[in-house]
Amino acid sequence: MATQILMPALSPTMEEGTLAKWLVKEGDTVSSGDILAEIETDKATMEFEAVDEGIVGKLLVAEGTEGVKVNTPIAVMVEEGESVEDAEAASGDAEAKAPEAPAEETPAAPTEAAPASAPATPKARAVEPDWPEGTKLKSQTVREALRDAMAEEMRGDANVFVMGEEVAEYQGAYKVTQGLLDEFGDRRVIDTPITEHGFAGIGVGAAFGGLKPIVEFMTFNFAMQAIDQIINSAAKTLYMSGGQMGCPIVFRGPNGAAARVGAQHSQDYAAWYSMVPGLKVAMPYSASDAKGLLKSAIRDPNPVIFLENEILYGRSFDVPEMDDFTVPFGKARIWREGTDVTIVSFGIGMQYALEAADKLAEEGISAEVIDLRTLRPIDYGTVIESVKKTNRCVTVEEGWPVGSIGNHLSAYIMMNAFDWLDAPVINCTGKDVPMPYAANLEKHALVTTAEVIEAVKQVTYR
Amino acid sequence: MAARKPAAKPNVSPEELKQYYRDMLLIRRFEEKAGQLYGMGLIGGFCHLYIGQEAVVVGLEAAASEGDKRVTSYRDHGHMLACGMDPNGVMAELTGREGGYSRGKGGSMHMFSREKHFYGGHGIVGAQVPLGAGLSFADRYLGNDRVTFTYFGDGAANQGQVYETFNMASLWKLPVVFVIENNQYAMGTSQKRSTSTEDIHTRGAPFGIPGEVVDGMDVLAVKEAGEKAVAHCRAGKGPYILEIKTYRYRGHSMSDPAKYRTREEVQKMRDERDPIQNVRDLLLQGKHASEDDLKAIDKEIKDIVNASAEFAKESPEPALEELWTDIYADALPQGDAVKA
Repeated sequence: MATQILMPALSPTMEEGTLAKWLVKEGDTVSSGDILAEIETDKATMEFEAVDEGIVGKLLVAEGTEGVKVNTPIAVMVEEGESVEDAEAASGDAEAKAPEAPAEETPAAPTEAAPASAPATPKARAVEPDWPEGTKLKSQTVREALRDAMAEEMRGDANVFVMGEEVAEYQGAYKVTQGLLDEFGDRRVIDTPITEHGFAGIGVGAAFGGLKPIVEFMTFNFAMQAIDQIINSAAKTLYMSGGQMGCPIVFRGPNGAAARVGAQHSQDYAAWYSMVPGLKVAMPYSASDAKGLLKSAIRDPNPVIFLENEILYGRSFDVPEMDDFTVPFGKARIWREGTDVTIVSFGIGMQYALEAADKLAEEGISAEVIDLRTLRPIDYGTVIESVKKTNRCVTVEEGWPVGSIGNHLSAYIMMNAFDWLDAPVINCTGKDVPMPYAANLEKHALVTTAEVIEAVKQVTYR
Repeated sequence: MAARKPAAKPNVSPEELKQYYRDMLLIRRFEEKAGQLYGMGLIGGFCHLYIGQEAVVVGLEAAASEGDKRVTSYRDHGHMLACGMDPNGVMAELTGREGGYSRGKGGSMHMFSREKHFYGGHGIVGAQVPLGAGLSFADRYLGNDRVTFTYFGDGAANQGQVYETFNMASLWKLPVVFVIENNQYAMGTSQKRSTSTEDIHTRGAPFGIPGEVVDGMDVLAVKEAGEKAVAHCRAGKGPYILEIKTYRYRGHSMSDPAKYRTREEVQKMRDERDPIQNVRDLLLQGKHASEDDLKAIDKEIKDIVNASAEFAKESPEPALEELWTDIYADALPQGDAVKA
């Protein structure tokens, strides 16, 4: 009986990919384990193997096709004696059924499971853009923007180098350092062993010694192995030395939940690091902020924690085409102006905030959406000014509720704008649980757009 | 008193020998004074004295060249004095005063001098080991031939990050001398009760790092071993381990009742192996110095130490505004960073 070969999901966050190359042609006999095709994901080019033996009846997707959704039928296999017509019949059948397939049969596909399903490419509606009017813009993914930021800074300063697991020859576990080894060589793009505590310490020592390291953690979850060096050595030494010793270093990597990777790979460290004097903390949402803030971080004479997000890596945004585009720390960005409520968020939380604001607008509620962009320093002024205008505030983040950034902002607003508040501030956060694996549970463990909308309705008494 | 065994043949000039005597004596007297000031309540918190271990840093400093770096743990006063830091600044930091190296904000365990290439003074056991490798990484990256002395104790030798560092230092051929100051007690736990091997330096072998044991009560032996290690590093052969067997006469910190060893054990060490007495004997036996010469040195040291104590008492406490300074740098540190 003819069977369909579906576009596989080859990473936790893959939604679609490019069918780069077929390694079989129609009529070929294949055995289990033979390589059928090369598929390019957002992270890497992977070989895709046959699971069962059979004959390639028909190739449904031409090689070179981009944007092939996970679970789309890409080929039909037939058995000995079956005809190509059988195969075609099967493929026709497949086309008819295809739209239902992902949701029904493959709960593993992240499309349904994770916030990856949120709308792509929200339009930048910055009230005050970070670039001069008339600047040419190009669409770029967060991943590309981060890579460009590092490459530009490495071109400009010979003492900047990158180290971490798989940053060089593998081109980055999440492809963020792609191409850097080719351009800068192995003196400046350095693969480390899997030894976070050790290489974080070596990075700090190198910064003491006059270099400007960019230390990549494959995820910030692994940086818990290294947190002593980050806090005790990097953050505190300037103070303990009476100002003699600086530590110009960037620790960067994905932070927070990706999709279906469970409790040990999904923690959001925004609130943890933001507590520490001596550290600076950035958590960008858009590609332009990722680029501009990372360039600022690399130039900063202080240790910077740069919290990225795996789901955002593949998201595209407008990025200005400028020779040297930077975004300063401590300056929030107002993504949309509004009059009824202030929604404050940062990082991937912004996608819920913006989505909620869009839906609320349909119901006649005008939300002002602020992206903090950096969590240390925090742009309190922009938040307070907005709250004084709207008299209501909802905070949005994916991290845990106790001791959250939202808790801190609520206290700050209460102490500094109590008389302007018409309702208590509500914090929308991730749930107070370790991240579960099951798709439905994970979705509920994270903050949701519906919760943000509900919170806004509560504070606006609708 | 048991017979003393002086070093067989001094490999240094009489002048150098006198200098080592002087340097070791400065550390001894300085630490005794620090102990006194602690007892008077002028020094607070933790205070870890170096008495007994003086030959280690003095011997290794004799093997170092200008620009070489050093980093150590919290038992750091001796290292600072040996690399030429000002006793006044060190003592005033112990008393938490404005005139201290960290303007009173670091204390006994956290002091630094970019000028003297002293990179701390770190309070977390073992954390200075990757930092030291990182300093040597910077030197190799910048293409100079400096070497970093990374000191840690027998206690720190059981921290995982030490071995993470051994691996990378060997892999990348970093010019770092790992100096294990084995004073036999990790706080109150003897090496026998805490460490699976007697010879800690052999733990470098699986990483391809050569190492050797050195008599840490003999400053000349330390110097000789240090020169060998430095030559190895400067030749681009990667790291080298010196396990220097030494002994601390005083407790782990000022608040250590030292019930884990006998008074006799300490006294025997003092009587038979004292590093300062050893050099004193060499100077006298070789007729390189008279009793009067040595008395003059003793007096000179006593004056320096007394002056440091006076300075440390008289220097004012830091201004309250200091609470809020040095949290963030607004410019890159000016130090020995070299343009690559």
